Order: sequence, then structure tokens, then C-alpha cells
Amino acid sequence: MRPHEQRIAQHLHRRARWRWSEIAFWIAVVVIVFVIPSRASLINEILVNGLFALSLDLILGLAGVVSLGHAAFLGVGAYAAGILAAQGLDDPTLGLLVGGLFGGVLGLVTAPLLLRGSDLTRLMVTLGVSLMFGEIANRASWLTGGADGLEFTMGKVLGLFPIGFTGQRNAALYSLVVLFVLFVLARRIRQSPFGLSLTAVRENRLRAGALGIATHRRIIGVYAISAAYAGVAGALLAQTTAIASLDLFDFHRSADVMLMLIIGGAGYLYGGIIGAALFVVLRDFIASATPQYWEFWIGLLLVVLVLTGRDRVSALVLRAARTIMPNSLKQGGSA
Amino acid sequence: MLTILIDGVGYGMLLFVLAAGLSVTLGLMNFINLAHGAFGMLGGYVTVLLMNRLGVPFLVTLPLAFLVPALVGVAMERTLYRRLYGSSPLDQVLFTIGLVFMAMPIANYLLGDSPQQMHLPEWLKGRYEFAGFGVGVYRSFLIVVCGAIALALQVFLVGTRFGARLRAAVDDPTVASGLGIDVDRLFAITFAVGSGLAGLGGALAADVVGGIDPSFPTKFMVMFLIVVAIGGTNGILGALLGALLIGVLDVAGKYYIPSLGAFIIYAVMLVTLIVRPQGLFAKGDGR
Repeated sequence: MRPHEQRIAQHLHRRARWRWSEIAFWIAVVVIVFVIPSRASLINEILVNGLFALSLDLILGLAGVVSLGHAAFLGVGAYAAGILAAQGLDDPTLGLLVGGLFGGVLGLVTAPLLLRGSDLTRLMVTLGVSLMFGEIANRASWLTGGADGLEFTMGKVLGLFPIGFTGQRNAALYSLVVLFVLFVLARRIRQSPFGLSLTAVRENRLRAGALGIATHRRIIGVYAISAAYAGVAGALLAQTTAIASLDLFDFHRSADVMLMLIIGGAGYLYGGIIGAALFVVLRDFIASATPQYWEFWIGLLLVVLVLTGRDRVSALVLRAARTIMPNSLKQGGSA
Repeated sequence: MLTILIDGVGYGMLLFVLAAGLSVTLGLMNFINLAHGAFGMLGGYVTVLLMNRLGVPFLVTLPLAFLVPALVGVAMERTLYRRLYGSSPLDQVLFTIGLVFMAMPIANYLLGDSPQQMHLPEWLKGRYEFAGFGVGVYRSFLIVVCGAIALALQVFLVGTRFGARLRAAVDDPTVASGLGIDVDRLFAITFAVGSGLAGLGGALAADVVGGIDPSFPTKFMVMFLIVVAIGGTNGILGALLGALLIGVLDVAGKYYIPSLGAFIIYAVMLVTLIVRPQGLFAKGDGR
């Protein structure tokens, strides 16, 4: 190996190493789950939404592909897991796999639609896809329960731990384990040659193509992965709340998850989880103060966020994160 | 058969007026305004409230349904929207979603959750026989009014000096302002007209959609976007044809194959975006 190659390899190794601050982050999450059992359902919501936002981060933060229809994969994953459980196959792990599989396949099938046109076309296509699947779920009420939603009971995780209403904390722990495993995988993807080539595609697609990167295939690949993540998030949401409903396909879901990621900052993987925590806590707080009008404050937050420049806001979050955990986020990407 | 066709055309014309403003801001100013429906809601509320609370005649309320959203639109354009003209589509989308999220609770707070019903004047109710088919009077009214608006817009954009300046400013704002065109003012006026048209559309739609309620902006956002996606964003004609196509398909689809519901128009939109990303009726290489 020549000296400069060695230096690059060293640099990449250094980048991939787990910082103590990251470890502290996850320990803190575990502690929170155990310390506040009374808010376990809220924590569970944060964790599931964090996974959903992480899935969006994979395409928006890593590859720079915009989407207004990520709810499609959430909904498909949720219904896949829900229908499976309603048919009697109530093993949660199986549900997660099937949810992820359905999400991923749907992502793979729809990804080619994203390769043409402008950002605007992409926003519309993704929105259209999610609306279409919402309409399918609505019409196929013999399978999905239609507007009433689909209720079912889940079995025990690995045959040992019950989740659902009797075991709220178990549900949160279950979500945490799933989130952590998938996070580690996403982190690995980001450090891999595949992830690095995605960064190149994001920064300059033309140039990345000229360097010999198969940009189209990379985008389709990461979109399918992201969709599978969202499918797992949907399955997780359905399993821990014991219901799958049509509002999973709503435009609201796609907009909310985008907001979470923007609040936390896209591109460094922790942003989705941090943003989900801020968003869910904030919404819970506002909703308990003004139950009818909480949307207004979320809207105001979005407007202010954009007008002050969301790069600056996420830079603020990044800087705060850096002071708490120095050196950990040196390579934090941009939104 | 003809009844459905006419109903569809009427609905399409309505969609055109609602979406024309969006088509203009999107195509001419390259701005993604998802809050367009909020202006439609405002116009609808103006008409419905004036009629129900003050007893103002329907036709008198229509100009006001245009003016109020236009004024609100220009105020917002001057203070907020113009800061985002050069931003990325993602920023524009987030910003306007935020506006929608704000507009709906405000309407809810001021006027309540339930739809504000609209009571058409007697002379617009009922149906008449035309070549052996029953045709709704209000539908015919819609076709005539909206058709006139479409024609006026086309003449305005293609035939007048203002239209020529606008097109110049869109093609290249720098050169246009170098030639002494006040680009800033042009955009403000265009935005006002677009918002006003949305308001007028909302007022005309109040009866067709069963009253105006706070969910109007999101309910119809999708329809606007579909119309614009299918019609393309350069030119009034494309938007008109797109709106008519969607109107007829939607009405006919709901009548003949109710089990598919809104599925048909979503599918048409997706196929259009795949086959012709610039819109079905766009000329050449639109932007």
C-alpha cells in the first residue's frame, strides 16, 4: 500500500470508530427508558418515529433525494405486519421482517420513478405514490379493515416478552433494540464504500457519474434500503400499538417525519432520533395545552425554521451536540 | 352520458380556476406553493360568510372572494414568500406546509370545525333539458364563468404588454430588470392574481364540495398538484386541458367504477409523470 493510500485508510478507520460520546448517547437512551416507566408509550413513540426519521435520513441526508411520500412505506410495513398478525402469525420478529420486506420491495419498484425530472417531480411522484397506496388500503377493506383500521393481538417477542398494553415498557425496550440494531447497520452503510459513493452522488451527481459511480443504481439501492427501514418502522408502530389504520398513509405523516429530520439535522444519522424526540415531546406538550390547535404551533415552527435557515438551525444542534460530545461528529454531513 | 360529461367539464373548469394560480407561480416563478389551497379556503369563507351572515347576493360576493385573498396574498408575498424565491424546493415545500398547518387551526379557531354551508340563489338551482339530457344550471354557470376566466388569462398573458414582461422576467430576471422591467413588482402582482383566482375558485367550489371547512387546503392540495402535474406548468392551456381531463375522469370514474374511487386520477398522474415529467401538454422542453 502506498503512503497516501495508507493515510486514506487510516482516516476512514478513524471515521468509522465508535466515539465514547455515541456510546454515552445510547446508554442515556436505555437509562431514560428504565427511569421513566410512566411515559413508556411516549418514549416508544419517539423511538419508532426516530427509526422512521432515520429511514428518511438515508435517502435525504445521505443521497440528497427529496421525498414527500415516505408514509407509503410506513403504511405498507404496518399493514403487512398487522395482516400477518391478524391471520394468526403473531410472532413480532417475523412481522418486522415481513414489514421490512414489503417496504423494501415497494421501494425497489418505485425507485426508478425518482431518476427523472427535477426535485419538484420527485416530490410529486413520492406524494402520489403514498396517496395511491392509501387509497388502495382504503378500498381493499376486506383485507385492511378499511376506515375502521385493523386490530390484532401480538405474540411475545422471541416467545418470552409480552408487548402491548400490559407491557408498555417492554414495548419501548423492544423498539429500542430494533432501533439500535438498524442504527448500527445504517452507520455501517454510511461508512461503507457504498455510503461514501452516495455522498459523492449527493454533492455532485454529474461528477460522481464521471468518476465511474453508477449513480442510478446507487440511488435505487439506497431508496430500497430506506423504504425497508420505513417498513420496519411501520411494522414496529403497528405491533406496539396493536392497530394499523389508514392515517399511516396520510400526507401528515410524511410532512411530520420530514420536520423531525429537519429539526435534528440531516446527514449524520443521529438527527432523526434527536429530532423525533424534540418533535414528539413538543407536540405532546402543546397538545396538552391546546388540544385542538397544536398544528398551528408546528406550522409556525416550520415557517420560522425555514426563514432563519434550517442549515443554521441544524448547525446549532450540531454544535450543541459537539460541545456535549466533542470529536464525535466531525464528519457530520449537511442537510 | 352527456350529463356526466357536462358535470365533469364543470368540475374540471372549477379545478382549473383553483389550480391556475398554482400553475402560474410554479411555472412562471418556479415557486412551489403548497399553501395555495389556503387562499382558496379564504375566498370560500368570504363568499359563504357574506351570504349567510349579511345576506349579500352571490354574484356580489364573487369579486370580494377574489380581492380579499389577492390582498392577503400580496401582503404575504412582500413579507414572506419573496425571501424564498431562490431557495431549494425542499425549503419552499417546508415553508408552505408550515403555512398550511397554521391556516387550518386559525380557520378552526375563528369559525369552528363544521363546514359552512352555501345556499345558492334560486336562479342557479335545478336542472334543465338540453338535447334530451338533464344539465345542472349551476354546472352550466361554472362552465361559462370559468371558461371566460381561462380565456381572459390566456389573452392577458399572451396578448398584453404585462404578459410579455412577465414571460421575459421569468426567462431571465437579470436581463429583464436590466431592460427596465420591475421584476419585483411583476412577481407581486402575479402572485396576487394567482391567490385571487384561488379564492374565486374556492367561492365557486363551496356548493360543489358541500361547504367550506378548515380541512379545505389539504383536501384540495392533492387535486391542484395533480392538475399541475398533468397539465404542465408552462401556459394556461395546459392547465386548462389538465383540469378538464381530471374533472371528467374523476366524475366519470366515480360514476361508472365507484369501487376504484380516487385511484384513477392518482394512476393517471403517476403515469403522466413517468412518461412525460414536464406534463402531458407541455411544449418541448419545459422547465
